[in-house]
Amino acid sequence: MATIESSLLNIGYLETLSYQQTPLHRLDPRAKLLTTLVFIIAVVSFGKYEITGLIPFMIYPVALIAVGNLPPGYLARKILLAAPFAFFIGIFNPLLDRAVLVQLGPVGLSGGWVSFASIMIRFTLTVSAALILIASTGLNAVCLALERLGAPTGFVVQLLFLYRYIFVLTDEALRLMRARSLRSFQGRGLGFKVFTYLIGQLLLRTLARAQRIHLAMRSRGFDGTIRLLRPLEFHLQDAVFFLGWSSLFLLLRWYNLPHQLGHLLTGLAP
Amino acid sequence: MHMADALMSPAVGGTMWAATAGLTAYSAKKLRKDLDEHKVPLMGVLGAFIFAAQMINFTIPATGSSGHLAGGMILAILLGPSAAFITMASVLTIQALFFADGGLLALGCNIINMGFFPCFIAYPLVYQKIVGARPTRGRILLGALAASILALQLGALGVVLETFFSGVAALPFATFLLLMLPIHLAIGIVEGLVTAAVVSFVWQAHPEILALAPAAPAARGHSHKPLWLGLALFAVVTGGILSWFASSHPDGLEWSVKGVTGQEELAAPREGVHGALARIQDKLSFLPDYDFKKPAAEKQAEKPESWPEISTGKSLAGILGAALTLLLTGVIGLGLRRYCSPGKG
Repeated sequence: MATIESSLLNIGYLETLSYQQTPLHRLDPRAKLLTTLVFIIAVVSFGKYEITGLIPFMIYPVALIAVGNLPPGYLARKILLAAPFAFFIGIFNPLLDRAVLVQLGPVGLSGGWVSFASIMIRFTLTVSAALILIASTGLNAVCLALERLGAPTGFVVQLLFLYRYIFVLTDEALRLMRARSLRSFQGRGLGFKVFTYLIGQLLLRTLARAQRIHLAMRSRGFDGTIRLLRPLEFHLQDAVFFLGWSSLFLLLRWYNLPHQLGHLLTGLAP
Repeated sequence: MHMADALMSPAVGGTMWAATAGLTAYSAKKLRKDLDEHKVPLMGVLGAFIFAAQMINFTIPATGSSGHLAGGMILAILLGPSAAFITMASVLTIQALFFADGGLLALGCNIINMGFFPCFIAYPLVYQKIVGARPTRGRILLGALAASILALQLGALGVVLETFFSGVAALPFATFLLLMLPIHLAIGIVEGLVTAAVVSFVWQAHPEILALAPAAPAARGHSHKPLWLGLALFAVVTGGILSWFASSHPDGLEWSVKGVTGQEELAAPREGVHGALARIQDKLSFLPDYDFKKPAAEKQAEKPESWPEISTGKSLAGILGAALTLLLTGVIGLGLRRYCSPGKG
């Protein structure tokens, strides 16, 4: 019950974040979408034992969070919530890969722990990039960008529709759950049978709603295609944003910055 | 069973993206050709329904844990394969963007695992064959159960294959498979029971709804084109990746065979993939010997005197440098925030 409300609030909150007016929010959604993709590919393309090379990539989420006035604590919580799958697959690495890879004086660090740390860093980087994209752009603009970049219109329209009705239907589900828990004690006993009745009921209401929507659309002249007519302009600053970040990612991909810095610090170690 | 970006290699992610893009374009084209305009709002609202339904959990009897609906099968039964595929793809996209389930690069994998398998394989080949044109309660139960189990097993197999070919996680193929398949057998049974119960509930309340959606394509004779298209794409993708592995290191294929039969110890075969990755990485990386030091015995034997020197010096330099980079990043972030905040107010 609480989880329904909170996850609904979560979607709403991400959407609210995207209504801000900052230099980041004013950029063309295409520039942000493409930059996010380049970032993710660059991060994922590192070898499995890479840690130091990944760290400079933190600059991208950090800079965007700062410029876009996004709440770091909230994003961190969302990243933690999504962590279990990568964590549970990754945690097998230290168990299976015990060969010592890094020697720090007397302490030897096994390759498994190194690759596990690498997985968790990658996870943080890629997930934060995706969340920042939504929080700084909003789903509708991302959909427009997708359409302009050549995604099938049918799919884009489906995304827009889905997004519009998520709020309506989760409200509906919330009402069903509330009504049930008011009539039971402490919300107990949501067994299989009751569950299927609830879902079935929700499905029937959904179908009825779809029919009403369809009639409403028909009476407004719907002929099977939805036209997305909103101007998107790719300005100079969009190109600068995309090309600037992309070249930085390429540079960081080929040139291990922490390694060089470390060498400077430790006094020209080999 | 959402794949995560962190466990993916770009090659696997990219090929699965390409496969997904092809299937999405095919489904969108098919929908437009069918001119089923009442499906446009229906698909959108049913996608939202899957979301809403996933938020209601039920307690699984005798276990104390709770489960919810995954939804691919219900969508296929109500909408038919191509519309269900697009709907499932959109649901997974929203989950990737808003809940960070999976990730953007892994989205292709997730759409194949949870969209393609139920919609284009389990539904036409199992559910429709069992239920046929005249559904009964028993047939719906049997069909939904069998189809859901098949879809989830294929999906779990997909996750294992994609993780294995990405080579980031160290889990051996066979172990991972033995871990995933039984779990997803249980999940598939639950999913099948829920799907059957919900579908028969709707069928009893409004039989015409079920008659409408799936019967239309069935009457014309269901086309297996998407299935073949998907299988062909899958074959090309797998073949491509396999040959890529095979060409860079001959042990890649051998490894998977041994992994499945379980005849070799864990330590030895892992070197196949590690070796292949290292070789690729050597070609790519700026400082080839820095991040991957082969712990193998023969290397140590070759030049034992270089071991301590490399590891301590380089590790220390790496750690110090990383710390400094993190610090710099933080300073830049704080500076930007301070610089930008008066501008927005």
